[in-house]
Amino acid sequence: MTENIRLEIVTPAKKVVSEDVQIVMAPGVLGEFGVLVGHTPFLTALKTGAIIYKDVDGKERYIFVNDGFAEALPDKVTILAESAERRRDIDMSRAEKAKERALKRLEDAEKGDIDFIRAKSALQRAINRINLAQTR
Amino acid sequence: MATLKDVQIKIGAVKKTKQITKAMNMVAASRLKGAQRDMDGFKPYADKFAEVLGSLAEKSEQKNLLLAPKEEVKKINIVLFTSDRGLCGGFNMNLINKAEQLIEKPETDKKISFTAFGKKGNGWCKSRDKKIDYEYIGIVGSRFDFSVAANAGQKLIDDFIDSKYDEVYIVYPEFISVAKQQPVIKQILPIPPLEKKEEADEENKPFLAEHICEPSVNELLDVMLPKSIFVQIHSALLETSACEHAARMTAMNNATIACNDMIQTLTLAYNKARQAAITAELMDIVGGAEALKG
Repeated sequence: MTENIRLEIVTPAKKVVSEDVQIVMAPGVLGEFGVLVGHTPFLTALKTGAIIYKDVDGKERYIFVNDGFAEALPDKVTILAESAERRRDIDMSRAEKAKERALKRLEDAEKGDIDFIRAKSALQRAINRINLAQTR
Repeated sequence: MATLKDVQIKIGAVKKTKQITKAMNMVAASRLKGAQRDMDGFKPYADKFAEVLGSLAEKSEQKNLLLAPKEEVKKINIVLFTSDRGLCGGFNMNLINKAEQLIEKPETDKKISFTAFGKKGNGWCKSRDKKIDYEYIGIVGSRFDFSVAANAGQKLIDDFIDSKYDEVYIVYPEFISVAKQQPVIKQILPIPPLEKKEEADEENKPFLAEHICEPSVNELLDVMLPKSIFVQIHSALLETSACEHAARMTAMNNATIACNDMIQTLTLAYNKARQAAITAELMDIVGGAEALKG
C-alpha cells in the first residue's frame, strides 16, 4: 500500500476533483510527467489533453483538461484549468461538431491570422476530447 | 376631494404594483443565490491562481510587457460594469459616479474610452458622448462562462500592447453583503506590481522558493499574467451579477414596503370618505323624517 497524494482539479466554474489518489499523470508542455507522493515542488503549464490518475482503489480515471497549470507539492497536486471534464461527461456529438466547425474555419482563415490560431487550438481540443472519449 | 370610486381604483392599482414588486423581489432572491454560488465556485480557482502567481512573481525579474508602466499616460480605457436592466435602486448610478470620479481627476487632457459591460453603462456613455470601444450586453446578471472574460481581456491586452491604451481600469461593485455593495476602481493594466507575500505562509515559503518551473519562470509568467487579467474580469463580472441581484432585491423589498404604506393611507382615506358619505346620508334621512313629522 503506497501513500496517497491529494489531487485537486479546479476550474473557474467549480472544483472538478478533490480526492486522494495514488498517482497522477499529466501532459506538461515539455512532456508528460507523473507525480507520486513526495514529489519535488514543481510548476508547469499543461497542454490540452488528458490527466490520468489512479484513485485509492487503483482504478484509472481520465480527465480532459484544457489550457491549464499544474502545481505539484510533496503532498498535493493542484491543477488549474480553464475547463476540465471527466471522461464519462464528454459530449461526443458536441466534440464532433466542434471538430467540423474548427476544420471549416481553418480552411477559411488565413494562416498566421488570429482566427487561424484560435481554430487550430479549437481543433486540438476537439480531437483530444474525441480521442479520450473513444477509450471509454 | 377624491371620490370613493377614485380611491378604490387607486388602491387596486397599488395592490397590483405590490404584487409585481414582490414577485421581482423573489426572482432576484433566487437569482442572487445562483450568482453567489457561481462566485463561491470561482473562489478556489482565483485564490489558487493568485497564490501561484504570487510565488512566481517572487522569483521573476518582472520585465514582462504587461507589467511595465508607460512613460506617459495619455489614453485610458475604463471597463465599466453595470447591469442590463434597471429597477435596482442606485446600483448603476453608484457605479457610474465612481467612473466619473476617475474621469474628473485633475489632468483632464487624457483621452478616455470605455469598455461597457451592461446596457446601463453603455447607455450612459452614449448619452454623454463618451467613446465606447467595446460593449458587452446580455452578460451581466445571466449565466456566462470564463470565455467571456477571456475574450474581453484578450482584446484589452492586445490594445494595451499596441499602445492604444496606456492604462486600463475596471470599475465594478464589490459584493460585501446582500445589503451592501461598494463600487471600486482597480487598475488592471499595466498590472500593478505583484504583491510579494512577506510574512504570510512562512512554512510554505521554502517550498515555493524551490519550485522547479517548466518551461521557465518568465515563460510561465507570459502565460499567467494575461490570465490573471481574465481572472480579474471574470470575478468582476460575477460580483457585478451578484450585486445587481442583491441591489434589485433590496430595491424591490423597499418598493413592497412603500406599497404597503400607500395601501394603508389610501384605505384610511377610503374609509374616512365612506364614513363621511354614510353620515351625510343618515343626516339626509333623519332630516327628511324630521321634516315629515313636523
